[in-house]
Amino acid sequence: MNFPILSSLILLPLIGALFLFFTRSKNENKITVKYVALFTSLVNFFLSIYLWFLFDQTTSAFQFVEDRVWIEGTINYKVGVDGISILFIILTTFITPLCIISVNNSVTKRLNEFLIAILVMETFMIGVFCSLDLVVFYLFFEAGLIPMFLIIGIWGGARRVYSAFKFFLFTLLGSVLMLVAIISIYWITGTTDVVQLYELGIDTKYQNLLWLAFFSSFAVKTPMWPVHTWLPDAHVEAPTAGSVLLAAILLKMAGYGFIRFSLGLFPSASEVFTPLIYALSVIAIIFTSLIALMQEDMKKLIAYSSVAHMGFVTLGIFTIQQQGIEGSIIQMISHGLVSAALFLCVGVVYDRMHSRLINTYGGIVTIIPKYAVLFMVFTLAALGLPGTSGFVGEFLILMAAFKDNFLVAVLASLGVIIGAAYMLWLYKRVIFGKLINSELKKMIDLNKSEAFTLTCLAIPTLYFGFYPEPLINTIEVSISDLINTYNYSVARK
Amino acid sequence: MMNNIELIFPEIFISLSIMFLLILGVFKKNSSKIIHNISLLVLLIAAVITFNETIGISRTILFNESIVVDYLSSFMKIITLISAFVVLLISSNYLKTFKIFKIEYPILILSSVLGMMIMISSNDLIVFYMGLELQSLALYVLATFNRDQLKSSEAGLKYFVLSALSSGLLLYGCSLIYGFTGSTNFNVIATQFNTNEYALTFGIVFVLVGLAFKISAVPFHMWAPDVYEGSPTSVTLFFTMVPKIAALTVFIRFLYVPFLNLIDQWQMILVFLSIASMLFGAIAAIGQKNLKRLIAYSSISHIGYALAGLATGSNDGIQSSVIYMTIYIIMNLGFFSCLLMMKRNNVYYEQIDDLSGLSKNHPLLSISLLIILFSLAGIPPLAGFFAKFYIFKSVIEQSMYFLAIVGLLSTVVAAFYYLRIIKIMYFDEEKDSYDKDHSLWLKLSLTVSTVLILMYFVFPSELIDAVSKINII
Repeated sequence: MNFPILSSLILLPLIGALFLFFTRSKNENKITVKYVALFTSLVNFFLSIYLWFLFDQTTSAFQFVEDRVWIEGTINYKVGVDGISILFIILTTFITPLCIISVNNSVTKRLNEFLIAILVMETFMIGVFCSLDLVVFYLFFEAGLIPMFLIIGIWGGARRVYSAFKFFLFTLLGSVLMLVAIISIYWITGTTDVVQLYELGIDTKYQNLLWLAFFSSFAVKTPMWPVHTWLPDAHVEAPTAGSVLLAAILLKMAGYGFIRFSLGLFPSASEVFTPLIYALSVIAIIFTSLIALMQEDMKKLIAYSSVAHMGFVTLGIFTIQQQGIEGSIIQMISHGLVSAALFLCVGVVYDRMHSRLINTYGGIVTIIPKYAVLFMVFTLAALGLPGTSGFVGEFLILMAAFKDNFLVAVLASLGVIIGAAYMLWLYKRVIFGKLINSELKKMIDLNKSEAFTLTCLAIPTLYFGFYPEPLINTIEVSISDLINTYNYSVARK
Repeated sequence: MMNNIELIFPEIFISLSIMFLLILGVFKKNSSKIIHNISLLVLLIAAVITFNETIGISRTILFNESIVVDYLSSFMKIITLISAFVVLLISSNYLKTFKIFKIEYPILILSSVLGMMIMISSNDLIVFYMGLELQSLALYVLATFNRDQLKSSEAGLKYFVLSALSSGLLLYGCSLIYGFTGSTNFNVIATQFNTNEYALTFGIVFVLVGLAFKISAVPFHMWAPDVYEGSPTSVTLFFTMVPKIAALTVFIRFLYVPFLNLIDQWQMILVFLSIASMLFGAIAAIGQKNLKRLIAYSSISHIGYALAGLATGSNDGIQSSVIYMTIYIIMNLGFFSCLLMMKRNNVYYEQIDDLSGLSKNHPLLSISLLIILFSLAGIPPLAGFFAKFYIFKSVIEQSMYFLAIVGLLSTVVAAFYYLRIIKIMYFDEEKDSYDKDHSLWLKLSLTVSTVLILMYFVFPSELIDAVSKINII
């Protein structure tokens, strides 16, 4: 491979953003700037599909690797993909154009800057999933804070300042310890290259502290109970496209980080801390599901459900079994699609009624039937109905959990029931019931672009629900290899 | 005796220029503009001479071992000269607005630069003290330069009194060191001292206190916010950058040449100064309303990071401190360029609230300030992150984890007040727009510093290569 396909994926959105930056003066050309952004992100999407097409599923080695000297003698710019990361890249390039299409009424001011922020965000997110050097990873991981801070702060709702600060400072606080750990790894092993580190291994006596440092960052980003409190605030105040990016992709960075770094680099520490993760995951699943049950605000409800779903993900990852990790990745992809769609659904009614409160709505099934159908698809996918992608992930995770720890699995299954309860209750209260609020009669059904984006999300949700093979085939070899290495290093200790 | 005299040509050239400019200023009426321009030229020429004559040579000691010329001194001198050049370049409009565009201003800047260059090259306590006093005396006058304003006079007086006190402490320390080693020369001290002599440690502590005062490290920082706020903005810009380069170089020379073997004694002091500065600077800045006061606390915090590099006692640490200072200077230049652009109807605004809604009327200015602020906060991929990254890399190399963790946690605290400025710029309601007819140089310095900060990650090796030749130990 001579063509640097991964670097192109990383740089393309940035070039698009630069282009938008220099067309800033013509504010009346709103449609034009949107098309430029859309075009950039679509090119990126097709490029990533092409990447998937070229991807060799039979090996767990990193592919499309690019290795350039960056800081002489210390850090190389190294990127590459394996089965674990490629799906996240495709998810990112898939969600971003949909975000851009969805920017209709929610963003009224400074559209140009908004699109720049989204494209820059895409660059950083793809960078996180590609990078094979710890410092490069950290760079992308942290850099994502800047555009997201601005997206929440400039285009957000009433309490946007509080939420933006909370988001920024929480994540930064979590991440600085990871930087200490990364530099320590450099001095312990002499490299920050992930592939070399996989081969070298890190001395067991350092692993626990390093694991905790990485954990502090990933736990905030996941988010895990009890450091999840920034998420509901950020979600509620962010504009629709911001919530979508946050839920669909930003949260996945941490799950990805757990698999790639916590399991890959610190196997024996992961073994030690598995009970901690189990406990926090189960608390997240049950506790936040109960909180979600009581929410008045639709976005907040979905935000808490995200925490619960990510609880399943962390639970699955640390079962350290083939099904568990596969399930976690599928759950992350599925949650990426479903939560994005749910936030878009909330955005649709919010644009019309300017209220996110559940009790504003009710009985709108006859007024906006198309919306009701699509919303139902995603509600059912969120609660994990068989036939949707949500089921595949949760089922695999619970299967692995039952093998490992019966109690944890039972408690997590309880969470599934509460999950079904809050999602169905939400759907019932919003869509069915009596039409009390006469204002609602003026609502118009989905317009073309809304219908298009939601359908785009519904198709893979259902397709992968019935036929998850393409996903599993892609990740299978990488994961089994990861688990073999893991078991080998734990046994060697 | 007169061998290698070409190595101090830059200093000789500047002193002759100062005398010439003084005479010119006395005999020629209305000569402030021409003197301003000549001074710019002098600084530029001095930088070029320094670069040509000394950058390539190996360590050379002149004048009975009292002056040292090596890569460190050349590098620091060039940075000093260039920063002074930029300060002078972008401050003319500000000075004209306040009607203080006088001949003394560039001449005073030249004299203080001369003092700093002597400090940077000093290899002897007396020479170092001479340079220090030369630069300080010029700075006292510069602080009060806008003498019609009460705050400016107050700043100058405060600076003078406190600085004189610290100079006294410093001199006392020097005399203790002289008393116990019998020499003022760094090289001789290195061979003469007796590690069991506690009084010598006292001497070192006194000198460190004096130096810490000059770079405004906590707990000797009290003067900084008041002086920074009261001085004319262009002078504040000078204060936040140039004297710190020289003082930091003296820190390096004083600690690493004669007293490297006493590292156990002074490392604790430096770690304390560093931690206190980082934390205090970050926390105290939160409540500030005036941008100049805020940047004073921010500079206290930044000097803490530079000191963390020095506390390591390794060449890597010194190099990372020098990198940190270089990047810090670029960020500071950008920040003050923005500050100097906040002008409306001949009034300069310097409260944080005056930035409110800046992004609506001045999108380019605010995006530059945004980049600079995120960089000051140390968020990747901007230059400020790399500066901190190198510091912590060298700190962790010496297993000083506590220092690293405290330092990184205080970046989180510091991030808060930088974010607050961004919040006011981007999230708040707009006010009237500022003037847009800035001088070309001001725009240029803002653009260049922003681009350097933004694009640093593309070529990070260049700066590392440049400082990697600094070899003190």
